[in-house]
Amino acid sequence: MISAGLMNTLQVTVLVLVAAGATVVVRTRSRIRQVLALSVYGMLLAILFLVFQAPDVTLSELTVGAIALPLILLLAIAKVRKREQ
Amino acid sequence: MTPRQRLWFFAIGAAGLVACYLWAFTGLPGFGNYPGPYGQEILRQAVGQTHATGVVSAVNFEYRGVDTIGEEFILFTAAAGMSVVLRRLRRERQAQPVDEAGSRTVPATSSAVRVAALLLVGPTAVLGWWLASHAQTTPSGGFQGGVLLASAFILIYLAGEFLTFRRLSPVALLDAVEAAGAGGFVAIGLAAIAMNLPYLDNYLPLGQYPGAVSSSGTIALISFFVGIEVAAAFVLIIGELLEQTLLRSA
Repeated sequence: MISAGLMNTLQVTVLVLVAAGATVVVRTRSRIRQVLALSVYGMLLAILFLVFQAPDVTLSELTVGAIALPLILLLAIAKVRKREQ
Repeated sequence: MTPRQRLWFFAIGAAGLVACYLWAFTGLPGFGNYPGPYGQEILRQAVGQTHATGVVSAVNFEYRGVDTIGEEFILFTAAAGMSVVLRRLRRERQAQPVDEAGSRTVPATSSAVRVAALLLVGPTAVLGWWLASHAQTTPSGGFQGGVLLASAFILIYLAGEFLTFRRLSPVALLDAVEAAGAGGFVAIGLAAIAMNLPYLDNYLPLGQYPGAVSSSGTIALISFFVGIEVAAAFVLIIGELLEQTLLRSA
């Protein structure tokens, strides 16, 4: 059984991590690195949802935020780069 | 307007926003306190009414089933739109991918990546299928399971090559599966109307006790249809995008 105090520390920690992750995504300038940062940010969000007791949303966020969205973005970047050549 | 004036303009606006924001915060309920009546009521009723212990799925596929149909068709429309926008144009033809930095030698896919991807195909597919077929018992559902199933196909692309990926997931088959998934959801609802029940009413036997995989009536069935629809849609979208990176204008 997790005590209420520990749960609060965990929640605050995850919230801070998510804010830091979002800042990293916005501050990253290279497109490829930004996609990778976004993927990590998706993982952090998934952990946030888990900590706030929404395991269902965690699964959605994992599959979409950490896998599907970065993949689609990478492919789109590859396509645009080809056109730029 | 001089930069200085613009700064003042922004400062006043920002101060107003901060004031309103803080004011709004004072009206919020306490952290972790849910004031609405529906959440508590659903928690009390859902398991008894639907025999689904995955209450989130019960909400998604039963209590607000019509909303979920709308969401399902958002993905369906997105996949269809993507197929239209990214269709192969007359002047485009397939070409070998060329590395951007011409001087750099292109590394072949390493055996480590191939083996790791191949090893993950099976577990990913099984986990995806498990998620899609256990919406009624645990936090999971057709949507999450479907995306994971699609990931299994993408791993095949990573382990092998695009041609293998295409052979295993022909577009005609994907189109049919996607349509069957989206149509199946609607058809379950229409069947209820045919029996003089409200649209999407749960008319299948609920099973003997809550929490069994065979319980919850239409909820499990809808989750299955959502699963195959989402899997097909994602494989279709990723396939279209992969194909685009191999196409060039002639």
